[in-house]
Amino acid sequence: MKELTIISGKGGTGKTTITACFAALAGGEAVLADCDVDAADLHLLMQPEVTETQSFGGLKIAVQDAGACTRCGLCYDHCRYNAFDEECNLYPDRCEGCAVCEYVCPSDAIKMVDRESGEAYISNTRFGPMSHARLYAGEEASGRLVSLVRQNARDLARERSKELILIDGPPGIGCPVIASITGANLVLIIAEPTLSGIHDVERIVGVTYHFGIPALVCVNKYDINEDNTRNIEDFCRSKGLGVMGRLPYDDTSTRAMIQGKSIIEYDEDGELARRIKDLWDNTRKVMETS
Amino acid sequence: MIIAVASGKGGTGKTTIATNLALSIGEDTGENVQLIDCDVEEPNSHIFLKQLKLEKVQDVNIPIPCFDMKKCNFCGECSDFCQYNAIAVMKNDVTFFPELCHGCGGCLLVCQRDAITEKEKNIGIIERGIVDGIEFYQGLMNVGEPLAVPIIRELKKRMDERKSVVLDVPPGTACPVIEAVRGADFCILVTEPTPFGLHDLKLAVEVVRDMRIPIGIIINRDGIGDDRVEKYCEEENLPVILKVPNRREIAGLYSRGIPFTEEMPEWREKFIELHNTIKEAVRG
Repeated sequence: MKELTIISGKGGTGKTTITACFAALAGGEAVLADCDVDAADLHLLMQPEVTETQSFGGLKIAVQDAGACTRCGLCYDHCRYNAFDEECNLYPDRCEGCAVCEYVCPSDAIKMVDRESGEAYISNTRFGPMSHARLYAGEEASGRLVSLVRQNARDLARERSKELILIDGPPGIGCPVIASITGANLVLIIAEPTLSGIHDVERIVGVTYHFGIPALVCVNKYDINEDNTRNIEDFCRSKGLGVMGRLPYDDTSTRAMIQGKSIIEYDEDGELARRIKDLWDNTRKVMETS
Repeated sequence: MIIAVASGKGGTGKTTIATNLALSIGEDTGENVQLIDCDVEEPNSHIFLKQLKLEKVQDVNIPIPCFDMKKCNFCGECSDFCQYNAIAVMKNDVTFFPELCHGCGGCLLVCQRDAITEKEKNIGIIERGIVDGIEFYQGLMNVGEPLAVPIIRELKKRMDERKSVVLDVPPGTACPVIEAVRGADFCILVTEPTPFGLHDLKLAVEVVRDMRIPIGIIINRDGIGDDRVEKYCEEENLPVILKVPNRREIAGLYSRGIPFTEEMPEWREKFIELHNTIKEAVRG
């Protein structure tokens, strides 16, 4: 079983659009996993039929019994996340669930309780099984939910004898990204040819390097700025990344999105679909050897 | 006044709006402006501030435990206590996973044998620069680090509320977004008129409404998709405070790191107007 994670560093470069195309091109042979759990969009193109919902409890949260509190201030002294003020008033949205307050409180006025931080789903789509999730607004522990989505995807792959897991990753370089790429066989970075895009590629490549994960890059909307496209490709080559085909700026992707389809279904014979097929074929070849 | 510029979906134009807004109010009104890039994973605002010289002003560290193996009796209390599973205690060894540690200090408290002390671990830096009347700060998380929130928390201590503060917020709706938006007087949500844009906008609205912060919507790349975002805003009584058209010229300027108000000065007026609208909304 192999895992391919599609990431970008910068948001909005086309990760989800390309993941959906790969799902269509994989012809039912892959399990899909949407690991962008706090702004998940893949389901908008996949229209999954949810067959199983799991509740996800992330970290616990402090709850205070104000009647039992003696305002001694120990919680305030020990909480490193400013979740208490000097009068021992609790601000739950700042709580990181460490449980230090519960431990130091001499009058048992604080209890750590389970919180429901999100839901994980197992679904069927027209392109095969899908593992996805929803992190509730403002919740912590997105990295843990990503790990759960990946575990569910692996279980699905085993149950249904699929050899490939396609992972739509989150933007950024922090904990959910790290959770999306560690242990993957290959990472495909979707870059955009802007100065911001170059900056962000440099950082995300640093992360793949740090964790020793082989990576490829594809510049999307390359014709917005061809100098920047070359700079990104040169940089990636110098870091040993495989440089894949370029994709042009094309609003077919938006039109397909509005219809809830992948570009492959929406305009199979179009130029953009053809180039994405090439990208898929080349990526798959690298996958086979990684 | 503190204005947060957030979005839900990545790549909708937060940085474009934040930088052009800060530059417009800074240059044309002579107001004291602070621009603070809270997207510490992938900060990009600095790219749009020409001749900016960034200087490191602070290391951001979190305390992590050190284990004195001579004192440790492998009782496992620290491991049982740690909510982040950052400590594993075996029969005669302790393994610590620094990338899981949130630096809460709980393990120190529960250790009966004083076998744990703390040391600082660097997770990022804060940089500062001044250009075009803007005092600029950004946080930069070290590559390979998972925790953005402590950096955002330190970064926001640099806010001077007497100034017009513009915060460039990271994408998504998880904890770094809450940390960045908290305490703002107004939150601009930048979206694009596509199904992805609408879906993520709804999530962002939920987060910001929970925080009881007034919201204004900016539709970027107006014309690229359909009208569902506008219909949603109408139904939800969310004011659309600006629309930026989907023009290749703007995308091209962005790609070269040029704030579009520089080349299209008529937009500077629109941003100043926008700032006034927000001021009025905040004053009620």
